[in-house]
Amino acid sequence: MTVLRRIAPQLVTLAALVALVTLFFPDFLRIEVVDGRFVGPVMDIAKRGAQVGLLTVGMTLVVATRGIDLSVGTVMAISGAVAAWAITHDVSLAGTLALALTAGAAAGLWNGCLVALVGIQPIVATLILMTSGRGIAQLITEGRILTFSNEGLAFLGSGDLLGIPVPALIWFAAALAIALLMRRTALGLLVEAVGVNRSASALAGVNAAVLLVAVYVASGLCAGLAGIVSAADIRGADANNAGLWLELDAILAVVIGGNSLLGGRFSIAASLIGALIIQTIDTGILLAGFPSEYNLVIKAALVLVILVLQSPNLAHQWRTVGRAARRRREGVPLSAKAQGQ
Amino acid sequence: MNPRLYPLAATIAIFALAWAICVMQFPTMLSTRVVGNLLTDNAYLGIVAVGMTIVILSGGIDLSVGSVIAFSGVFIAVMLRDTNLHPLVVFVLLLAVTTAFGAAMGGLIHALAMPPFIVTLAGMFLMRGLAYMLTIDSVPINHPFYDLLDGAYWLMPGKGRLTLIGAAMLVAVAVGMVVAHRTRFGASVFALGGGEATARLMGVRVGRTTVAIYAFSGLMAGLSGIVFSIYTKSGYPLATVGTELTAIAAVVIGGTLLTGGAGFVFGTLIGVLTMGLIQTYIVFDGTLSSWWTKIIIGLLLLAFILLQKSLLRLSAIGGGRATRSRNEAAA
Repeated sequence: MTVLRRIAPQLVTLAALVALVTLFFPDFLRIEVVDGRFVGPVMDIAKRGAQVGLLTVGMTLVVATRGIDLSVGTVMAISGAVAAWAITHDVSLAGTLALALTAGAAAGLWNGCLVALVGIQPIVATLILMTSGRGIAQLITEGRILTFSNEGLAFLGSGDLLGIPVPALIWFAAALAIALLMRRTALGLLVEAVGVNRSASALAGVNAAVLLVAVYVASGLCAGLAGIVSAADIRGADANNAGLWLELDAILAVVIGGNSLLGGRFSIAASLIGALIIQTIDTGILLAGFPSEYNLVIKAALVLVILVLQSPNLAHQWRTVGRAARRRREGVPLSAKAQGQ
Repeated sequence: MNPRLYPLAATIAIFALAWAICVMQFPTMLSTRVVGNLLTDNAYLGIVAVGMTIVILSGGIDLSVGSVIAFSGVFIAVMLRDTNLHPLVVFVLLLAVTTAFGAAMGGLIHALAMPPFIVTLAGMFLMRGLAYMLTIDSVPINHPFYDLLDGAYWLMPGKGRLTLIGAAMLVAVAVGMVVAHRTRFGASVFALGGGEATARLMGVRVGRTTVAIYAFSGLMAGLSGIVFSIYTKSGYPLATVGTELTAIAAVVIGGTLLTGGAGFVFGTLIGVLTMGLIQTYIVFDGTLSSWWTKIIIGLLLLAFILLQKSLLRLSAIGGGRATRSRNEAAA
């Protein structure tokens, strides 16, 4: 029940958005079965949302520790480049996946060590990898777009299982696994403790440094997975464009999900709905038939409206207005109330 | 020496060292021609980085500036193509728009108590989107006044050219230095970077200052857009993607703390020039691929941050010792 109450604002936003898009594009919610696959705008959103969705899972944890990970888009490019390099150098599929995920985890380890051990602010620490990472990815691909034709790897990006696109399944499985890991164990609580006050949690016996490193490694792993999906989708590694600016979408998704950038309580489910909201905006604008030049302006306007509605100040003012109205209804004079306090 | 000056001194020392290494390998890099080109090529980055420095000094961040530069270029190009307005009039209009845009973002940040990161991210989408709405093509600028601006330069000794836009950057840095270090507004910015609650108790008008900070950044981004349009003689909505991050990196390399409250506008100039120097070195070398630029800038960023951290720790220890000895003397 508490979970439902937590994600209610995001669900309402998503529903309103879906209603809005359906107004412009009546077939939005229709799902057909074509060649044993589910086809429709909703499935398209689930598939296309996979990359931002995967990043969002890791980003939620990082943000919960009062951090931010600007490098995830670049890590996607690195892991995609590693995957494409490995598969074109006759490494087995399992080996390729292991290598690409290791690259993601290593990037996360680097970020985590800079943040937790060296003590650099997260935004600067991850900025380092963000600026240099694309160079590393280009180093691996030697500045070219590395293409491959391995069906097994491509399956991860464009295949489908039981009629559902594989990227959507990967995204869902990763989110479920991490959410269960966080909420069925004490890990989630510990992450929140570190986010609220690192030194206090360290004094209380939480190994804050290890936890912080682990959180960035998790973010790196998610980014690595997203990189594999993105490379598999286009059957090639594009070091310049893979995951470009997706870190911003992921951070936006976390914020729309109602998580504070100042750390503390987090909800992976709410963040994922945030990611779905962003993808619905993106896809919806296209389906509704607006010229593509208008995409960014509409997106900015919608994001702004959502942020204003969720603003802590505004919520506070609404509460004050509501309280005043209640007082007026109940006929309690304001001055008496003030004296009581 | 004041410990506060250590990061700036380190920045200048590293820049001098890097240049010395470059000159040892390529003696021609000491010429005023290289200096002139360094200033011209990095003019738009330097100007926008001045605005970013003020924002970062206040503890904020402005992700919208890259989009604002692109919007400015497109706005100028389309206005000059479709109307008969003189470029100077268009410049004034543009600066009014970008300053108002910055002020609006500052207002939102203050009124909604939202993190600047998110508000300026939305601003980044909005400005890029507006640029797309004006045109999706690259629009050339053909105006006699632009030829005049582009051709204006002062011949330095040694035949180096200090172009108008290079000089504009130096002026912008000077103005930024005065604003940050010599005005009441600048003092408020530093106070805000030290802590909002403290600043409020000290009598800083937080709302007004926040609006002014982002308005200043918007103004600088607009100015940078004008300079960029003179530099490229066109407007393109996809231009300067990611410039905000380059500017932030330049500010950090320049010795300003991203937490706010400590730093120097002059350091930012050195940060911009250091990054430009790497690019120039790679051009001179000719065998290095362009991706090495990114990797080296990343490593440099890391080196500077580690240096700053150790300097801060050193000065903290030194400061502690100084207080202790003072206390002992008092006792």
